[in-house]
Formats: sequence, C-alpha cells, structure tokens
Amino acid sequence: MQFPESWLRNLVNPALDTAQLAHIVTMAGLEVEAMTPAAPPFNNVVVAEILSAEKHPDADRLQICQVDVGESVPVTIVCGAPNAAAGLRVPCARPGAKLPGFEIKVAKVRGVESFGMLCSTKELGLEGAADGLMVLPADAPVGEDFRTWLNLDDTLITLKLTPNRADCLSMQGLAREVGAITGAEVRPPQVQEVAIQIQDTVPVQVAASEACPLYLGRVVRGIDAQAPTPRWMAERLERSGIRPLLAPVDITNYVLLELGQPMHAFALSRLNGGIEVRMARAGESLELLNGQTAELAPDMLVIADASGPVALAGIMGGQPTSVERFTVDVMLEAAFFAPAAIAGRARRLGLSTDSSHRFERGVDFGATRRAMERATELLLLICGGQAGPINETVATLPSRSPITLRLPRLKRVAGVELDAGQVAHGLAALGAAVEQQGDNLIVTPPSFRFDLAIEEDLIEEAVRLFGYDNIPAQPPAAPSRMLPQDETVLSDDSLRQMWVGLDYQEVITYSFVDPAWETALDANAQPMPLANPIASQLSVMRTTLWGGLIETLRHNLNRQQERVRIFELGRVYASLAEQPMKLGGLIYGDVQPEQWGAAARRVDFFDLKGDLERVLGCVPDARPGVHPALHPGQSAEIRVDGRAIGWIGALHPRLVQAFDLPSAPMLFELDSQVLARRALPRHASLSRFPLVRRDLAFVLDVQTPAGELLAALREGAPAQVRSIDVFDDYRGKGVAENQKSLAIRVVMQDTQRTLTDQEVEDAVQKLVETALNQCNASLRA
Amino acid sequence: MRNPNEIVADALAAVQACPDLQMLEQVKAAYLGKSGQLTELLKSLGAMPADERKTAGARINEAKQAVEAVLKSRRDVLQQAELDRQLAAETLDVTLPGRGLAQGGLHPVSRTLSRIQALFRSIGFEVATGPEIETDFYNFTALNIPEDHPARAMHDTFYMQGGELLRTHTSPVQVRYMKTHQPPLRIIAPGRVYRCDSDVTHTPMFHQVEGLWVDESVSFADLKGVLADFMRNFFERDDLPVRFRPSFFPFTEPSAEMDIGCVMCGGEGCRVCSHTGWLEVLGCGMVHPNVFRHVEIDTERYIGFAFGLGVERLAMLRYGVDDLRLFFENDLRFLKKFN
Repeated sequence: MQFPESWLRNLVNPALDTAQLAHIVTMAGLEVEAMTPAAPPFNNVVVAEILSAEKHPDADRLQICQVDVGESVPVTIVCGAPNAAAGLRVPCARPGAKLPGFEIKVAKVRGVESFGMLCSTKELGLEGAADGLMVLPADAPVGEDFRTWLNLDDTLITLKLTPNRADCLSMQGLAREVGAITGAEVRPPQVQEVAIQIQDTVPVQVAASEACPLYLGRVVRGIDAQAPTPRWMAERLERSGIRPLLAPVDITNYVLLELGQPMHAFALSRLNGGIEVRMARAGESLELLNGQTAELAPDMLVIADASGPVALAGIMGGQPTSVERFTVDVMLEAAFFAPAAIAGRARRLGLSTDSSHRFERGVDFGATRRAMERATELLLLICGGQAGPINETVATLPSRSPITLRLPRLKRVAGVELDAGQVAHGLAALGAAVEQQGDNLIVTPPSFRFDLAIEEDLIEEAVRLFGYDNIPAQPPAAPSRMLPQDETVLSDDSLRQMWVGLDYQEVITYSFVDPAWETALDANAQPMPLANPIASQLSVMRTTLWGGLIETLRHNLNRQQERVRIFELGRVYASLAEQPMKLGGLIYGDVQPEQWGAAARRVDFFDLKGDLERVLGCVPDARPGVHPALHPGQSAEIRVDGRAIGWIGALHPRLVQAFDLPSAPMLFELDSQVLARRALPRHASLSRFPLVRRDLAFVLDVQTPAGELLAALREGAPAQVRSIDVFDDYRGKGVAENQKSLAIRVVMQDTQRTLTDQEVEDAVQKLVETALNQCNASLRA
Repeated sequence: MRNPNEIVADALAAVQACPDLQMLEQVKAAYLGKSGQLTELLKSLGAMPADERKTAGARINEAKQAVEAVLKSRRDVLQQAELDRQLAAETLDVTLPGRGLAQGGLHPVSRTLSRIQALFRSIGFEVATGPEIETDFYNFTALNIPEDHPARAMHDTFYMQGGELLRTHTSPVQVRYMKTHQPPLRIIAPGRVYRCDSDVTHTPMFHQVEGLWVDESVSFADLKGVLADFMRNFFERDDLPVRFRPSFFPFTEPSAEMDIGCVMCGGEGCRVCSHTGWLEVLGCGMVHPNVFRHVEIDTERYIGFAFGLGVERLAMLRYGVDDLRLFFENDLRFLKKFN
C-alpha cells in the first residue's frame, strides 16, 4: 500500500522525521518497503505569470517574455518553449535555482539578458508531458514557492502489509496504529451527516445475508459528474497510486483510501428495478469495469437487478451500470461482505482490486455508515446534487467476543514480564475495550480487527507494542541430553564426503524434469505430472536422477569441461507414499585429470564399479542385467543382502546419440539408505599360523561370469579357506575361441595350527571339483 | 725383510690413487689379502729368530693397522661419493604436481546445510525429514492456513495432476514430527521446497531449514536467543547486529521476521540490502495453538517456537554469490570454487 506521508501527518503527527517514522512503523510490523520523494530535489522555483511574449529579434524560436514572479517589477526571461504565451501561469526557476542536473544563472541569450527559466515538467523532474512549458491552473498563486504550492516536499511511503492487518489498509487505520505505537494524538477525519433532501430509495433484497450481512444504498440525484476533482483529492489519489478519472469515482476511491471502506457508485438510470444481493447463478456472466467479461460461478456473490448481475460484490462493478460523464443520478453502495464470501474469487478470475484486497482481509463493519456519509458529503460538495436517505439492510454481523488475556501466560510466552497497565493502555489505543480483573485482562476487540480472536492474538499485540527489540535475547536453558548416534548408518554428509574424496563433484538438479528425458531413459516410466508446471521441460517429477545428471554433463561439455565426475543425493518420486532418496552419479572423460605423471585413459565400467566398491566397503553382488537406459553388455544390477538396490552401467549407445553426447558416460543410481548401511565392527582373534596361497587358473566358457565361479567356489570352500579372488581374466592365444582363463587366488589359514600339505591339496582338489561340476571350469593345463 | 714402512708408504699412495670402491678392494687384497704384501711379511716372521720376531711382528702389525686405517678412511670417502652420485641421479623435480585423482566437492547448498545442521546439532537439535510431494493438509490446513486464506496466495504452489502438491515450505515436517513424537522436541528439518516462481531472484526449487523447539518453558526470548546465536556463529561475527520485526505467519503467533545487519556493507547500505543496512534472513514465531491442536499437543502445558530459513540466501551472503540461478546450473567452474 502506497500513500503520501503528508496525508498521514494530517491525521497523526508524531515528533519524528521521515526516516524515524519509517523505522518505528517497520519495527511495529508494518514494513516500509520503499520511500520515494514526491519530486526530485530542486529549489527557487516560483509560480509565475507570463505578462507578455514577443519574438526575439535575433532568433526565430525564442521569445522574450515579461514575467510576473510576484515581485513589484516583472522580470525578463528568454524562453524557447513553443507554448509560451501571455496569460499563462507556469513554474519559473529564479537565478540561483538548482534544478535536477543544472543550475540557473542570469545569462545573455542572443544578446538579451534572461533572469531565470520558465520550466517544463521534464526540467523539474516531474511526471507528465514534456512538450513545452508546464501549464498551471489559472488560479495558481503567482509568486508562491512552487514546491510549497504543490506540496512537493512530501514522501511516498510504500508499506508491505501482512494479510492479518486489514485494519491498516486505510489512512484512518494507519493513523490509529501510528498513534498507538508512538503515543501521538490521532485526529480522525471529521465526517458530517448530510441533510436528506429527497426521499428516493432503491429497494434492496439481500438473499445471501451470510455473505452480505450489511448493505447500505443511497440515491443521490442531480450531480454533475464532470465537476473537476479538487486538487487536494487528486493529489492524494495520485500519490496513493490511483489515477483520478471522474469525480464520483474519485470520491469512492478516496473514501476507500481514507476510511478503508470500498464503495461503488451505480448510474441509477441504468439499474433495472431493485437490487438483489445473491449468489451468482450457473451460466451468468458480467462485463466488468475493466472490459473483461467474467464467467460467474455459483460461489460468487453478485449485486443484481431485475436484468441480472450488475456488480461482482466486493470485487468490481459492471460496465453497463457504471457512472459516466453524463450520469446525473447515482446509487452509492457501501456494504460489508464476509471475507469468506470474497476470498479467492478475484484471483480465480485473474483480478486483484483494491476492493477485493480489503474485503478478503476484513473491512470494518462498524464504520460502513460513516463511510457512506463521508462519500455523500464529498459528492455533494464536489458534484452537487441532493441526497436521499440511507437504505440499510442488516443481518447478523461478525461478533466480537471478550477474550481473556492471562498476564502470567503472557509472561511465559514472552519470556519477560510486561507491565499490565501498559499492556492494557496499548490494547485500548488499538481500539479494544479492556478491563483488568486480577491477573487477567478482559479484552473486547474492535470491529475493524479481524485478527484478534484468541489469547495468542492479544499476546502478539502486547509483545508487538512492547517492542520485539525490547525482549531480551536469552540462551535457552534445557536439560543436556546427548543425541542418539547410530553407528551402523552413515549420515548423508559422510556419504557425500566419501564421493567427494573420490573426486566427485556434488550437483543439485531440479526435481521436475523434461518428460522427454524420462521416456528416453525408460519408455515405461510414468512420472507424476505437475498440474501447473513453470515450463514444459520442468513438467514431470523425476523417477531417476540420470536425466539431471546427463543434462549437467551436457551443460558442462558445452563449456569445455571435458572431464566430468558428478553425483547427486536426492529423492525420486513415484507417488505420495513413495519418494525414496537415491544416490546417483556419472563419470565421463579421462579417469584422471590430464597430468604429466600418468597416461591418459578414458573411464570405463570398472572405474565406476571400483568407486562404488570403495564407498560400499565391499565388492557388491553385481549381476548382468538389462536396463532400458544402459548398454546391455555393460550394465549390472547391484544387490545387497539379496535385495536389488540399483543399477550401474554405460549409457546405452542409442541414448548417447539421442542426448547428442560425444561418447558414453558411466552411470549409477542406488538406494541411498542401503548405501549408508554399515555393519558394526566385531573383532575375531587373529591367526598366528602361516598363510598358504595357491593360484589356480580355470578355463571356462566365455559367457560364464566370473562372479558365478567365485560364488560357487566360495560356497563350496572348506573352512580354512580365507579368501578366493580373481586376479586375471585372459582370453586369446592358448585359450580356445569361446573360452577364457580366470586366474584365481586362494588363501588358506587355520587359526589353531599350521596346515599340512595334504590339507592344502585336499582343499584345492575340492575347489577344482566344485569348479568343474558347477561352472564347467577345468584347470588350465 | 722388506721395510714395512716402505710398504705402508706404497699402500698409502695406492689407496689415495683409488678412484672407486672396486679398486680399493684390489688394493686391500694386494696388501692385506691372503697373499698380500703385509700378510706375506707376517708369514715370514716364523723364519726369524725369536728375539727379532717380537719387534718385527709389532712393526708389521702397526703397518697393517696404518694401512687398514687409510683404507677405511678412503672407503668412507668413496662410499660417500658413491651415495652422492646415486642421490644426484635419483633427484626428482619436486615442483612437478603430484599424481592421481583431483578432489571433488560439496555443492554450496549442501555445504551450507551441513554447516547449519552442525550449529543446531551443537545445542541438541535433531534432524528430521519429510516428503516433498505433500498433501494440502500438511502443507496448509494443519499449519492453520485454511482454504482461500490470503496467505495461500503468497505461496505460489505447484500442484500435481493427482491433487497432491509440492511442499512450499519445510513446515509440514513440523506437523509430521509432532504427530509421531511427544515433547520435549528439538528438531531441524532441512530440504527442498518449491514455489511456482522463476526470475532473477527466484528459482522454482530451493532449500529451507525448518526449526522447532517445543517444551514446557520455551519463550519468545529463547527464540531470539537461539536465532541470534545461530546467525552470529554462522557468519562468525560476534558483533553481528540482529533485529526482530513483527510479521505474520498463520502457523506462529507472535510471528517475527529476523533481520541481520548487512554482511556485505557492514550496515552502510548497498545494493544487496537495498540501502537499508539490513537483510531479511528468516521468519519465525511461537507455534500457533491451532497447529498444536492438529497434532494433539496440550497447548497449556507446552509452548514452542519455530523458524524457517532460506539456505540459498544464507549461502549467497556467506560466500558472496550474486546470482541465485547459479546454484542450479551446476556449472563445474562455479561448483569447484567451493571445494
């Protein structure tokens, strides 16, 4: 909400300068968002009248003017403005004046001395047409300081009001608030009841009395709608961000700003019969003042006449019944519409009006009549006419029940004791009726406060008036209890650090992605679509982290980053119930950064698998598998404790092409909860007896995975076998075409004694038999 | 018998002339070896008369010791020279960079989150999490934001086609946690949140940390104490000015906005603080009784405070990042600055 400081000061004038006022208001919860001077700084400009204007003898476009600046003798000013003419009143900068950007001196212009400058709006830094001199009204007081005359030493203050403070959406409300905060005297606008000169009324029937508990109508006949809006009113409207249009409209807008009561004026002759306040009917529509035709819904409150809706209640009037230049008779409307009946409707229609903004938050139903009187008073004053009686229809208005504020509770919540007398005084200054009963204050909120209903509301007001800054900031006292620390689960931070240690850069990508990525990565993916995405490429919830990781790779490749190692820890989304946390990663480019001491090599499947093993702390059960996004021969499903927890592999060549990548990145994505799981270490005594190592080379079918052979060997191994691992995979010369040779290292040790040669040979024999029986693998000759 | 002194003199000359250890061993053999000159001399003692034998023997032994001494000293010199040569040959250019992988790094948002968590953990806050796809109930209703409340308009909410929504703040975690845990409670809930807004200063996804402390004697003064302590520790500035302004959130009352003195200009006024000298950094307040009622916590017995802070904003201020959008472009050149 924007308003001129001068208007506020007219109603309450604390002994504070503008900056101090802004600070104190901000600290009371009415945040000052901006302060703008009404005009840029300039001085020594007066209202002047051009007495005569004659052509300069030596210049076609200049005129020599005799100008009355309010002194005994006119001054000579050479002027280049095409509209300079005798009789005009214009702003005149006197010698020594400082204007935005330049200074005025006595100067010779083509041989004629000029004592000042006649100004355009642009030269003064004001808004408005810059074409020629700024023409002032004929009654502008010649000789008066221009700034004073136009009240330009004013500040436009913009407040960012929170939705609970509807009572501050008017100058009257703001003044009351400033009075309560500063203790300064408040002078609310004086409103005169007008004399009733005619008896005309428009019949009103309120069908929706819950939505509209109070409706006031008044007929005023014989107005001059084209009467000029007084300068003081136009100025206040303009400085509050409202453009003056037509006097009757300006007046209703003025009352809205001054008292916070949205009003409407109907052209009486356009109304067809009586007024009905009711809910809209299916299929009804209304052409609004802004030209938009609103399709009305049955939960929208309307003002209707016999022909149908004429206004969208509390939001905007209709075009056909609006006041125009030739309107003579009007019906003024002032009503209280329940916030619940207005809230959200304007937004649904794509509207936000000063009226709906106020009604949604709550308008003072105790001051509706006063606003009607104020508007009538101003209308008669400015446009003339004769007023009829106020036709009031009233049903059940919101109640304001007394609330008990327990002072001990206030102390408990605030953390500091507040003086009961001061609290009571402050609440009373806000308009509440306050009565102290022992340790309790019984507080009845005023009609304009829609945010005071329970004890906490009063606690907030009490603390706010006391000043948040006056509450001490104290370190809380609490029992010292240690936090649980599960040693078998790595924290997200530790997990991240493990990848960081392996030279991975963490990234954070959007949770919503391009649906095309999702279907490319998995044709069967059914990602959850957003109803109102911000862009089509961010319109579905990801079911995998890979889309974002691949996009990050692309983004960086486009910026000449040729080696990319990234990971992300984040959720994927299947449904409300299923939003698991995943850890996914991608490597691309060289294994190591380019360096003098190591040969360059591109990453492959085993680089990524090795990293995964380092993070898991073991070699996981990886099984060849087919994933739609991965190379079928270079992908594996990772299992832990028999449960599939994710995939690792090279991006499918088809997708490498689809994503327009120079070569395939290696990818993984795993359930981060399983990845974070760690066994609690348990010590077993170390053997003091020697290790025996036997290396066995098995020849087997090239299609049989090493993992299968290892699993079989481990399964069938005698107790003294400590480990069985592969240390070579050979194919080629000396091994048949469809065969491979796997070199297996077997380590044996007993905890009680040294193994005999016979025991070792027996163990080896058993392993060899197992290999032959289960994997058709024979010892290489 | 040849004069041992002469032999010694010869030997000294020969030893001094030795260029390397191999030659030295040959010289040693020539004088002290099985058939070396001094050994031969010693062997010839047997043929001498007994009275001469003793003195001759002593002289030969002296000569032997003299030769051994000079051999040893020469050996030391040659060994040292040999070692020096080896060391010189093995000398590396230690100014060359080391071998291997580089170092990765955390995303600045993670880094900031982790710092925030560590600070709150140090005074006993546990970390809680909740879903990002939420229901209207947890995101709004349970937080005292009824349908059509103007506060909903302030949350530009993303809705799913199925009717669920993307949480607009981390506050729903409060509700979920209080439903399943009894006070006293002290949690922070970090995570992603979403608003339907995208421009220079807004990204449709960002991060918040929600905080909640519920106990029998928790007050607004405590809230101020904890948050002032946090900000001063986060920015490592004991003299960081802080202030609390009344504000409005449906789920807290009293509600406050917390400002800190601008960390960019020190309060002088700059572009970052819109020349006010203050930066708005978080919203907070005492838990509204309607929220407690939704989770069946006794509002007479317990009081609570809650706060929600924007992680990207803190990261920007802490690390001088001037464009919010950088956080989600994931340009490695940007990310690596935080390693």
